[in-house]
Amino acid sequence: MSLLPALPVLVPLLTAALCFACWKSVRGQWVIASVGAVTLLGVGGWLLAAVLEEGVLLARIGGWPAPFGITLAADVLSALMVLVTGLMTVAVTAYSLADIDAPRQRRGYFPFLFLMLTGVCGSFVTADIFNLYVWFEVMLLGSFALLALGGERAQMEGAMKYVALNLIGSSLFLAAAGVLYSVTRTLNLGDLSLRLAEIAEVQPGLVLALSGLFLVSFGIKAGLFPLYFWLPASYATPPAAVSAIFAGLLTKVGVYTLIRVFGQVFPVLERNFQILLVLAGLTMLLGVLGAVSRFEIRKILSFHIISQIGYMTLALALIASPDPDVRKMALVAAVFYIAHHIVVKTNLFLVGGVVRAMRGSYDLKKLGGLGGTAPWLAVLFLVPALSLAGIPPLSGFWAKLAVIRAGFEAGEYLLITVALVAGLLTLVSMIKIWNEAFWKPDPVETPRPAVDRARIVMRVIPIALLALVTVAIGVWPQPLFEVAERAAEQLLDVESYRELVGRAP
Amino acid sequence: MYPLLAILVGVLFGSGIYLLLSRSLVRLIFGILLVGHAVNLALFTTGGLVRAKAPLVPVGETVPPEGYADPVPQALVLTAIVIGFALVAFTAVLVERVIAQSGSDDVEELRRNDP
Repeated sequence: MSLLPALPVLVPLLTAALCFACWKSVRGQWVIASVGAVTLLGVGGWLLAAVLEEGVLLARIGGWPAPFGITLAADVLSALMVLVTGLMTVAVTAYSLADIDAPRQRRGYFPFLFLMLTGVCGSFVTADIFNLYVWFEVMLLGSFALLALGGERAQMEGAMKYVALNLIGSSLFLAAAGVLYSVTRTLNLGDLSLRLAEIAEVQPGLVLALSGLFLVSFGIKAGLFPLYFWLPASYATPPAAVSAIFAGLLTKVGVYTLIRVFGQVFPVLERNFQILLVLAGLTMLLGVLGAVSRFEIRKILSFHIISQIGYMTLALALIASPDPDVRKMALVAAVFYIAHHIVVKTNLFLVGGVVRAMRGSYDLKKLGGLGGTAPWLAVLFLVPALSLAGIPPLSGFWAKLAVIRAGFEAGEYLLITVALVAGLLTLVSMIKIWNEAFWKPDPVETPRPAVDRARIVMRVIPIALLALVTVAIGVWPQPLFEVAERAAEQLLDVESYRELVGRAP
Repeated sequence: MYPLLAILVGVLFGSGIYLLLSRSLVRLIFGILLVGHAVNLALFTTGGLVRAKAPLVPVGETVPPEGYADPVPQALVLTAIVIGFALVAFTAVLVERVIAQSGSDDVEELRRNDP
């Protein structure tokens, strides 16, 4: 047994603990957080390399044989998610040094950030349904604290909605896990997969009802239609760095668990995936319509998260196809889409934060003329914005192409049309930000207050790094596609997953 | 015993959801609390309701004798209670701050910030 699959949990947990220990010294916390972030990125890279080399890595916590103890299992999908999380952690930590104000840093910004990341990484590597619940709660508590930190009125109101909806989602998840245990007498995901397949032969209705409970609770986390209303209400209130890491990671944990649970644990039930297809279409369309109708940068971006979740769900929903080639294409598309989306979405929120730092507002009506004063920022906005809309040669083009190709092979022409229309509307709302914030004449006639140049530069470095990653994936998509293919092959090989994860030792 | 607990879980869920649907923030906390209790009780019941039969393995055997209560759900409930306590404590403080800032515990007051 190696400890490697536990490292993605241990590194942020230790970082959070050390930051708590350094409560009085903000500079000490900076150093610890920076080291922790870089270490997490390193662990992600190491884990991915090890998993690609040796296949699924397992850690049986406490030495208990499966399926009795808690098992951590890192496959290619988990490792890729940890790697991308590490990259976001580095970017957001660097950005936070300039963006998060001193009172927030003194009241525990960094410890809470890493506590949340512990939950995020834990959700990626665990192979135990109750353990997954615990990591969800760790993530939620960290995110609650980050969202409310600072205590501004708008933040509190946003946090209230976020907390209430997520607590209801958690209760549902716990209830679902309890019923699942009473039916199967196991919590290990591999073992569950085996037992559920047996039960589905005899009582398909029971399995369908159970999967419905999970669909709702993960749907709330992921922001699926019609459970997404908390998202734009809360993501648009905290400081830019917090919005950015939330936007990049939290909903994607929901999508990841949807892939894990519906792709591997539950047997493929036609009806489930038909529901997912409909939800995916509605999520794509309503999300992007919300974005087109808003006039505040972060609200627009928040609605785009929802719309993009629809694309990922569409790809996931296609794995009910009888054709194994389509199933594989769909999963490759879903994995590629998630990885691309996390980078791009985080980056857009970070760019929004710079706009706010320079002009003091997110409201497009009060913005303008940034293209003249900061043409470099316009370029840095354009890269992730066009990537989000799916313009070649950026990463979003390949992601959308993969989803649409899989949909075409599966014969879901209506949903492809919806996806293309949503893509077009994404471009429309990105052009709206582009025109209003960058090229319209500045509506404020008096000279703007001077900005702190050093802090702007500190914010721009991580943005440029992430933009570079987007361009790199766009120009050389092959490596990421190969990793996504390996992930999809592993996900589809349910038999060996059951054997590896669910059986001793 | 099982029907009684099933009804109790149902009543707790029902009243919890009723409170969650109300406009008052304080009632929201109680709603979350009651739904949490309902889930915990349901989870506890899945282990089996058996009195005074510990799952101890006699010497020379590998499994405990039939008719014991499954200890796993009980362990899960303990974890869930601790987590639930932390979440409710946080929510209570949050609600206190929201009421202090907006001067009202009406959910409708939170709409200024809406999308």
